[in-house]
Amino acid sequence: MTDITAETTAPTELPRTKTDWMPLALVPALALLALPFIGSPSAWVTLTVAGLAMGMMIFLMASGLTLVFGLMDIINFGHGVFISLGAYATLLVLGPLAGWGAADSVGLNLALLLLCIVTAMAVTGIVGAVFERVIVRPVYGSHLKQILVTMGGLIVTEQAIHALWGASPIPIRLPETLRGAFVIGDIVMERYRVVAVGIGLLVFLGMQLLLNRTRIGLLIRAGVENPEMVEALGYRIRRLFVSVFVAGSALAGLGGVMWAFYRQTLTAGMGMEVMVLVFIVIIIGGLGSVGGCFVGSILVALVANYVGFLAPKLALISNILVMALVLIWRPQGLFPVARR
Amino acid sequence: MSEPLLRLQDVHTHIGPYHILHGVTCDIPAGQLTMLLGRNGAGKTTTLRTIMGLWRASSGSIRFDGRDITRCSTPSVAQGGIAYVPESMAIFTDLTVRENIVLAARSGPVDSARLDWMLGLFPALKRFWNLPAGNLSGGQKQMLAIARAIAEPRRLLLVDEPTKGLAPVMVRSMIEAFRALKEAGETILLVEQNFYAASALGDNVLVMDDGRIVHSGAMSDLVADQALQQRLLGLSLDAHQ
Amino acid sequence: MTATPAIPASFDEARPRGGLLAGLLSSDMPRSRALSFILIAIVLVLALTPFLFSGSQPLSTAAKICVFIVLVASYDLLLGYSGIVSFAHTMFFGIGGYGIAIGLEKLGADWGSAAIGLVAALCTSAILAIAIGLLSLRVRAIFFSMITLAVASAMAVLASQMSGITGGEDGLSFQLPYALRPAFRPFAEPVFGVMINGRIVAYYLLFFVAMGMFLLMLRIVNSPFGRVLQAIRENEFRAEALGYRVVAYRTAASVISALAATVAGALLALWLRYNGPDTTLSFAIMIDILLMVVIGGMGTMYGAIIGAALFVLAQSYLQVLMEAGSKALAGIPLLPNLIHPDRWLLWLGALFVISVYAFPGGIVGRLRQGKRN
Repeated sequence: MTDITAETTAPTELPRTKTDWMPLALVPALALLALPFIGSPSAWVTLTVAGLAMGMMIFLMASGLTLVFGLMDIINFGHGVFISLGAYATLLVLGPLAGWGAADSVGLNLALLLLCIVTAMAVTGIVGAVFERVIVRPVYGSHLKQILVTMGGLIVTEQAIHALWGASPIPIRLPETLRGAFVIGDIVMERYRVVAVGIGLLVFLGMQLLLNRTRIGLLIRAGVENPEMVEALGYRIRRLFVSVFVAGSALAGLGGVMWAFYRQTLTAGMGMEVMVLVFIVIIIGGLGSVGGCFVGSILVALVANYVGFLAPKLALISNILVMALVLIWRPQGLFPVARR
Repeated sequence: MSEPLLRLQDVHTHIGPYHILHGVTCDIPAGQLTMLLGRNGAGKTTTLRTIMGLWRASSGSIRFDGRDITRCSTPSVAQGGIAYVPESMAIFTDLTVRENIVLAARSGPVDSARLDWMLGLFPALKRFWNLPAGNLSGGQKQMLAIARAIAEPRRLLLVDEPTKGLAPVMVRSMIEAFRALKEAGETILLVEQNFYAASALGDNVLVMDDGRIVHSGAMSDLVADQALQQRLLGLSLDAHQ
Repeated sequence: MTATPAIPASFDEARPRGGLLAGLLSSDMPRSRALSFILIAIVLVLALTPFLFSGSQPLSTAAKICVFIVLVASYDLLLGYSGIVSFAHTMFFGIGGYGIAIGLEKLGADWGSAAIGLVAALCTSAILAIAIGLLSLRVRAIFFSMITLAVASAMAVLASQMSGITGGEDGLSFQLPYALRPAFRPFAEPVFGVMINGRIVAYYLLFFVAMGMFLLMLRIVNSPFGRVLQAIRENEFRAEALGYRVVAYRTAASVISALAATVAGALLALWLRYNGPDTTLSFAIMIDILLMVVIGGMGTMYGAIIGAALFVLAQSYLQVLMEAGSKALAGIPLLPNLIHPDRWLLWLGALFVISVYAFPGGIVGRLRQGKRN
């Protein structure tokens, strides 16, 4: 009550715009903090680039999941399978076009990578649409059933990958010119990691533009906050949701391609392995927040890389620790999304 | 006489195991402001939500502009020309004021004359045009919620308790805004607990109790008849003076 | 036997609660003739396995079923009765296994070391369960599931990295107390034609502990405490409003379930004379548990027996069947791949998904419903 009366007595006073800088400052602060521990600046740069690359990949995989959750209150525990599926989809391209990968041409190599990405996104997008229709749609509203049934979808799809491509790990080769590293002085940056950072940044910027500058983005942001009101304004949120689900699956597929070339081995379980990090990222970022997901991804990946260098055995535990600390600081995640 | 803009015929609504509306029958004539009064839990909000398709009527019919919309989904009800301002206001706090309005205008950019008219009604919104709506005060949020409903011409506005929790000075400016909307020829169904606001605005009045319409007529008749007020609205009169 | 009622169904419900069997089962009867029959068959076969079948394969299968009955029932306590989806259940299973393994390997192969290992494991599990419960049961259910998944996988990695204590990826092999070793011969003569040895003694140890644990959990879910858990599952806010401390109850359920899982892990380690990350800690086992509890029937307890038996049998014998089918279909593209013996999980996964939609009560729910119609 008091703020309303205050408002009427002092109507010229502008409400303050809160920009939440704290979580954003966390990333550079962490990077700087790690520097003295690591000692050598060149190792630090290498680790930071590796961390950024990994962060971008995790972001690609996590962003779709967090949006789907925000928009429809649906959590897809089977999301990891789209990562695996995207990774395996590269085989469709790498098989027939092996020559492009072996060629010592940046153009052909990048074209091959691009083709892999497009194929993987198409495959995972289509499977995502089927998954949404068959697995997810019948269980709206019940989190327990969602978790169970999407787990079931994960088992079945993972097994289907085994049936299609066999159960043993498949090695894949990074295109020729993407191998090796850029060396500047005594700083070593693996080429592929730089490419991964570039692709991740492009997708992030693209998503930001889409979310902030387009009507569909407005609808998504509004829908995350209050889907019912979006319907009451006359928009069919179902259609929006299906497209976000498909886009999220395709992004996971893209993340899968990047991840596959990073590991250079394909296994059906690779998606589920990385899902642990994805979940940590979503929790840290705040369920439903793309910005939080971005910051969270980089944070988690940097911590994993720094700790992996300093005390290799504690790498995964360190991420649990980061999650616990963030949750103690902000129980709803770094950028909590206002809901209803 | 031709059919009114909106007609509810024996509408029953269940929410989970609860039977909330027990046969609501009423007419909302075009171009007028109809007040929907009643104590808490009488079923006013449920009536609005049932019209919007946010709850499904279990039986009965809702006709809007000669068309049966009982089974329509919420988006198609809205596309038919009904705008809804819920009690919670439900503005999108992460979006700026401008974005809230842009989103409400389904068919494209808001034309500038309409925008000027709208911002004339709610001048505060102009000042906060590019700020996140979450930063607005309660009264300003309510203004934005109503502005959003009229961002494009609509056939019918459903507004749920727009004066709830507002300071008296805000209540007065809200009443002014609705008066202006009335003059512009809008058809409005307004849920109100505040009899002062209701009597200042309403052309017609509907009173609900226990999931039914127990009285309908001209507002002026109800204002004139103290005994009827006492019988229908009881204590709620004094409580909101 | 009262559990196979020859009386009309309605009569069955009205029968006074009493008698030895009702007492054992905490008055929570199977309530379906077919279900009672299947349960009795499973328990009888398990009880007589050493005498019914020869060779080590059937005995190992039966032992595995016993272990999974406890493990799945303890998960049902959490999932079915409390509505909590935890992915950390294998962590407690693993702690039990490692407790026994480390105890027997480091302290010598006698009962004392096994007891010390088990008690240490139970304490560790209880502390971890309390910590996870208090930290994350107040957040939304979905957060809890994700957090348990993250913690469990971190623990699995940790266990495989602390090779000094846990044996790392290779795990730990150890000697059992003398009475459980194959060389142990309590009787000079065969009993019913079977020479009793330490393996059979070990099997009966597993069998009776498993049955005891199962009956104990059945008692817990039918106690006032169990009723409160179910009330919380149905409507958290109402339970809170009635004055129940939801977080305390849920944490208690987590701890009980974690302790039972620890015992199951200990049993498995005793049987295998080995414990490693793949036998108790892997995510694959977590998925197996989910499959068993859902296909058997969530929130029924008896579903654990049916789910575990069905799953372990499928794991051991379905593959043989599928191999035959796969060979028969050789030459047709993809189809032989789909019923390749290694794809048995594909079909159980599909059954799982269908279970969640079509019969949420699993097999037990289905059988009980069949009775009513």
